[in-house]
Amino acid sequence: MTSPLSKRALLRVEDATVRFGPRAALDAVTLEVAAHETVCVLGPSGSGKSTLLRAVAGLQPLDGGRVLLDGADQGAVPAHRRGVGLMFQDHQLFPQRDVGGNVAFGPRMHKVPRERREARVRELLDLVGLPGAAGRAVGTLSGGEQQRVALARALAPEPRLLMLDEPLGQLDRSLRERLVVELRELFGRLGTTVLAVTHDQGEAFALADRVVVMRDGRIAQTGTPLDVWQRPASAFVARFLGFENVADAVVAGAYADTPWGKVPVPTGSPSGPCQILVRPAGVRLTDASSGLRCTVLARTFRGSHLALTLAPPDAAPRIDAAAPLRGAPEVGAEVAVTFTPDEVVLLPAE
Amino acid sequence: MVVDRPQVTPQVTDATDVTVVRRRAAAVRRRGIVVRLGLMAVPAAFFCVFFAYPVAAIVGRGLHEGGHWRFGRIGDVLGDAGIRHVLWFTCWQAAASTALTLAVALPGAYVFARLDFPGKRLLRAVVTVPFVLPTVVAGSAFLALLGRGGFTDSLWGVRLDTSVWAILIAHVFFNYAVVVRTVGGLWAQLDPRQEEAARMLGASRPAAWRQITLPALGPAVAAAALMVFLFTFTSFGVVQILGGPTYSTLEVEIYRQTAQLLDLPTAAVLTLVQFAAVGAILAVHAWTVRRRESTLRLVDAGTTAHRPRGGERALLGGVLAVIALLILLPLGVLVARSLDGPDGYGFTFYRSLNSLGTSSTFVVAPLETVGNSLRYAAVATVIALAVGGLAAAALVRRAGRLVRGFDALLMLPLGTSAVTVGFGFLITLDKPPLDLRSSWILVPLAQALVGVPFVVRVMLPVLRAVDDRLREAAAVLGASPLRVWREIELPLVGRALAVAAGFAFAVSLGEFGATVFIARPDSPTLPVAVARLLGRAGPDTYGQAMALSTILMLVCAASLLVLENLRPRAKGADPSPGEF
Repeated sequence: MTSPLSKRALLRVEDATVRFGPRAALDAVTLEVAAHETVCVLGPSGSGKSTLLRAVAGLQPLDGGRVLLDGADQGAVPAHRRGVGLMFQDHQLFPQRDVGGNVAFGPRMHKVPRERREARVRELLDLVGLPGAAGRAVGTLSGGEQQRVALARALAPEPRLLMLDEPLGQLDRSLRERLVVELRELFGRLGTTVLAVTHDQGEAFALADRVVVMRDGRIAQTGTPLDVWQRPASAFVARFLGFENVADAVVAGAYADTPWGKVPVPTGSPSGPCQILVRPAGVRLTDASSGLRCTVLARTFRGSHLALTLAPPDAAPRIDAAAPLRGAPEVGAEVAVTFTPDEVVLLPAE
Repeated sequence: MVVDRPQVTPQVTDATDVTVVRRRAAAVRRRGIVVRLGLMAVPAAFFCVFFAYPVAAIVGRGLHEGGHWRFGRIGDVLGDAGIRHVLWFTCWQAAASTALTLAVALPGAYVFARLDFPGKRLLRAVVTVPFVLPTVVAGSAFLALLGRGGFTDSLWGVRLDTSVWAILIAHVFFNYAVVVRTVGGLWAQLDPRQEEAARMLGASRPAAWRQITLPALGPAVAAAALMVFLFTFTSFGVVQILGGPTYSTLEVEIYRQTAQLLDLPTAAVLTLVQFAAVGAILAVHAWTVRRRESTLRLVDAGTTAHRPRGGERALLGGVLAVIALLILLPLGVLVARSLDGPDGYGFTFYRSLNSLGTSSTFVVAPLETVGNSLRYAAVATVIALAVGGLAAAALVRRAGRLVRGFDALLMLPLGTSAVTVGFGFLITLDKPPLDLRSSWILVPLAQALVGVPFVVRVMLPVLRAVDDRLREAAAVLGASPLRVWREIELPLVGRALAVAAGFAFAVSLGEFGATVFIARPDSPTLPVAVARLLGRAGPDTYGQAMALSTILMLVCAASLLVLENLRPRAKGADPSPGEF
């Protein structure tokens, strides 16, 4: 674990295992979240990330391992006494209560007196940007408003750990991008400790201090967003982050043998068989006299640049490249490709 | 139902065109109303002729004498101590039966909704058997279990057949499925994560259930309780057989006053009283049903069940034990009695059903009644499907109070005295142009009357669940309204139609209160034959009654099992038969 262990771990998951029949949804997962830290678990659907949240919440009994909060084993503590909050994927607002009733539910369960409860509801609705919405019916809320009410409801009992399950999953793109910034700012201001899961890498990178990538119930990589982005730990992580230029390679000295020919590798790379990742930024288009000759299969407008899909000869894997908006080659054009070692990452062989 | 969709209005710029289009839209709307009224006409006429008219006639016959209305009789009858006793007993036994049924069946509703266990589907069919079982058979089953020389009598010397407990237990036996299906049906669709959300906010398991699940289930529990109250309030066969001379419900009293004492005025007053009570119950029911349609988070019922854990295993065991004792045991004892002949176990009673025997109970061999019953029930099913299907088609678009009133009207026969209907048939349908007295169609008509509410209840939710956009998509692709109905609607509701037919068939098969009046002596139905056999003393006729009841039970159970397999297993519209 490369967690900032200078701070005390608020949550510690040790070898947590959950089996559904023969399949392990969580396979000996170990994880720490420090106080005031925001950790994002990232993974494709079915990788076990929701099960991890449910196990921490106490909604899913463990088949092995343990969950500690503030150093105390939670094995015998029922869900409602763990003092953690969980924001569900589809919010699960109570339809028979209005907005105020939903937000006040937690404080009511904790026997907070009425006046303080009402003050807390007002305060939280102000905080999430829905002042005066206490009397509204849940059914009249838009998707973004529901998300805000769900957040207010989860924060109301002042949980020591707030967990978010696909917090922005169902919202449209522009709203998601705006809310993710708001959330990060809010958690920073409140000092909330957050464990979130998502399948959206953009969301995870924008929200998290630290990212945990999961695959098939195991942790594939842990690190800061920058770490994970710059040095994916495996071909799986690289592909999951959207990098397509991954191929088998054999390193010898300063070059690797790949289906794309010889590719320069960073100095000091160990020799031997491995997998190689070339980020699109490391794919250089040159004039057609030197380098790997490719045909442009498709070009996609990405705002700041054009994403090109290139087909090398001899059935080698396709190559993703980025080209400036001006002067990019047309579909069907022949280009030559060279690679720069700065954008090349060596991954362990699979 | 499809014809009244507003047509696509073309883009217009001209003011006169606007008026033309408006006028055309109004015409379309008018045509929609006409179509709906047309669809309603057949069921409405059916109910007027075969329900309202006979009931009105019998009330008139009782209260209209010598050219004058004699409403004073109402006071006289209600002042009678004996009648007051009957009224009191009817009310309190219905309330007690309802409370007992809820207490016993609510854990069952949870188990069927939320737990996965092997044999669940079969068991769900089994617990529904009593509901469609003829009251007469249920009565005889409990007589065999709790009565003189019965199971508990021979084992421990305990007899309950003259006590009110036998009636209450039989009522629970009968209505267990009503609660399990109505409440459990909704419970299975409630999102379990709602409770989890409450737990995450600090609610303990019981608190989460009380705060979140109970309020969501409330209207369904209320609706089920009202239905059970209605069924037990108008209970006839069970009380007739198990009540002895001491206990009598309003319905039994109406039968006694009409058929035995020939006191029509009293019977008419009692009918009016029962009518008022049933009307009130149905009004409250309609209100709870509307509340039930309030916004709830519903999910696919297939995803919410899980394997029993910890304490749930004990709960499952308890529910299975209750089902075994309450439902399987009486049915088992019934079968055992039917086989327990004078010379050991065997099919003696079954064989004797094939002959006239020495008794003068029948003009025909009892076994022939099986054929009679099946024929009558088949015809009744066809009538009920036609009438109920048209009614459901008319009701599918919510439109104001008129339609809602019609909806409640269709439910009335469920709670109205079947005895009154039967007797009303006798005295009204004997004159041209409706001289049906000697016609066989009389029996299926009366049975269809009971079947129609079931057909409507099963069909309506499914018809309403057909997504409007499917119809629109088909229309845009060029299908005429009729084609839309044939290509889209019919395949979607086909299953529900089969389920409705099964229910109508089963209740027609078991109908007793009305049939007992109008079945001709030379072609009695199975339940009527059972009642006649039970009415005569002697071990032979008793054994025959048990044998005949067993046959009736098997036929009902078979049609129900077929039905259970017709329930859609995939996602989408669940016709949820049994939700009344």
